[in-house]
Amino acid sequence: MADVTVDRKRRRRPEISAFQWLTLALVAAFIIVPFYTTVLGGFKSIGELRTNPFGLPASWDPANFTGIIFETGLFRSLWNSLFIALSTVVLSVLIASMAAFALAHIRFFGSKFIMSFFMLGLLFPASTAILPLFIKLRDLGLLDTHLGIIIAQVAFSLAFSIVLFHSFFKRLPTELIDAARMDNCGYLKIYWYITLPLSLPIIATVGVFAFVGSWNSFLLPLIVLNTDTNYTWPLGIMQFQGQYGSDWPKILAYLTLTILPAVGFFLLAQRYIISGLTGGAVKG
Amino acid sequence: MTTIAPSVAVPMPRRARRYMDRKSLVPLLLFIPPALILFVVLVVLPMIDAASFSVFDWTGYGPMTDFVGLKNYEDVLRHRHFGTAVRNSLLVIAISLLVQLPLAMWVSLALVEKRVSVNIIRTLFFLPYMLAEIAAGLIWKFVYDGNYGILPTIGDALGTDMPFVLGDKFWVMPAIMLVIVWKYFGFHMMIYIAGLQSIPTEVIEAARLDGVKKWQIVRHIKLPMIWGSIVISVFFSIIGALQLFDLVIPLSNGGPNNSSHTIVSFLYQFGILRMKLGFGGAVSVMLFIACVVITVVYRRLLFSREVD
Repeated sequence: MADVTVDRKRRRRPEISAFQWLTLALVAAFIIVPFYTTVLGGFKSIGELRTNPFGLPASWDPANFTGIIFETGLFRSLWNSLFIALSTVVLSVLIASMAAFALAHIRFFGSKFIMSFFMLGLLFPASTAILPLFIKLRDLGLLDTHLGIIIAQVAFSLAFSIVLFHSFFKRLPTELIDAARMDNCGYLKIYWYITLPLSLPIIATVGVFAFVGSWNSFLLPLIVLNTDTNYTWPLGIMQFQGQYGSDWPKILAYLTLTILPAVGFFLLAQRYIISGLTGGAVKG
Repeated sequence: MTTIAPSVAVPMPRRARRYMDRKSLVPLLLFIPPALILFVVLVVLPMIDAASFSVFDWTGYGPMTDFVGLKNYEDVLRHRHFGTAVRNSLLVIAISLLVQLPLAMWVSLALVEKRVSVNIIRTLFFLPYMLAEIAAGLIWKFVYDGNYGILPTIGDALGTDMPFVLGDKFWVMPAIMLVIVWKYFGFHMMIYIAGLQSIPTEVIEAARLDGVKKWQIVRHIKLPMIWGSIVISVFFSIIGALQLFDLVIPLSNGGPNNSSHTIVSFLYQFGILRMKLGFGGAVSVMLFIACVVITVVYRRLLFSREVD
């Protein structure tokens, strides 16, 4: 840590010192430059990458992009990823919230035990169990299917989602539940008409996490899928990169087409991601 | 051990208890099992399977009959590249703790305020964390490309020839670690910022009015008060480093000469691709035990520690 002593006693708010601005600017350049060269690189010729790495391209010829859009399986792979991610989100939210609801609101013998059992899942990162998971999916006949990836992702996200939902449900005013139960309202109705509508923020957080995790995942689809047409976009881009070796403009164009939707989504969903990270999510 | 019965620990009037029976058994039978079944079949059982694979010699087909005891573990520990993979994973942990977290802390101290300009910078720093590892890996593969990338351009500017870092045994790990810092420091920054924002401003104001120097405020007030955030981010760094895989594949694919494997890429390369399930199972079990031990020790040591 550098010693920055800028005495601003009379200032009400701490300012960012000049030295801090400088470091921030350096870090920002470190973050931006790879993105920037990637996005522009798709328009450049291979020679231009070397002679003019940081300038604007000589011509804004979108041939690389149109070629990829019309001649590769990019859209199919994006669609596959989207389908898998959305299914994972819906199932995760439903299954995890139901379990968390029962564990939070219904008193029954063994509920504490079940809760700690699920918490164990926080220790099981998918990568450690990937090999037996592969065998399990093979035995269930789910290899090379999207369903296989979906249920595996839901299963591995359960622990985290249940913890999030559980802590949120515990904070809901119990009076609501009690009142509903006085009116002879069943738990199913309470779950559907009271708890879920009140839990939209946490649903959004769990949903966004499940979506991003699924959209970005690589190891699981890599092991489960083996037909090109079933590929998710990370597999598609690795295949494309394998084909075009060092034809960088093409690969950078492909990268740009996959990054842009992700960046757009991130800017929209950022709130939920950060609240998930910094809210009740981060418990040991 | 998951018999579902109404709680008898809490004495209730008869009518209420009947209500519990009638009203809560059906939801319980409907709500808990989907999660429980999925979790047991796809998370818990595979982990147990990994342990049983690891003591057999099995190719994945037919019955597991060839019991070999701990031979698979011996094979893994004797494997030429396993030591490299473990060392690389430890290196990643070290760099995370010594470079990534201080950088994240330094940046977060500057970005606590709630201003638009600060917010934009924060979002920018957080962006790589949300990017898929595969995309981040390929972007940096380009940056490092010795013919067309940014690295040779920097070399030109400095008047030297840059090595092809991803094809160089010495440079490949530093190159990967730079990408790790690039991708993940924003995540830790966000955790720290959340911690810093929860410090009551009065405390900082009071210290400042007393003439306490800026860095002393950081050292004696801010850092102790966000101890919890630091503990959590260190934990994530360690566990994340042990799980590293997606980023390494596009960058170096474990090469050159298997010099940049991590534990998981080693597992993939030598266990899964070759369908050596016993061998892979042994790696899985060791990795799992490492994660559990770290978690348990960590909780004992740090999560319970009170801030002085």
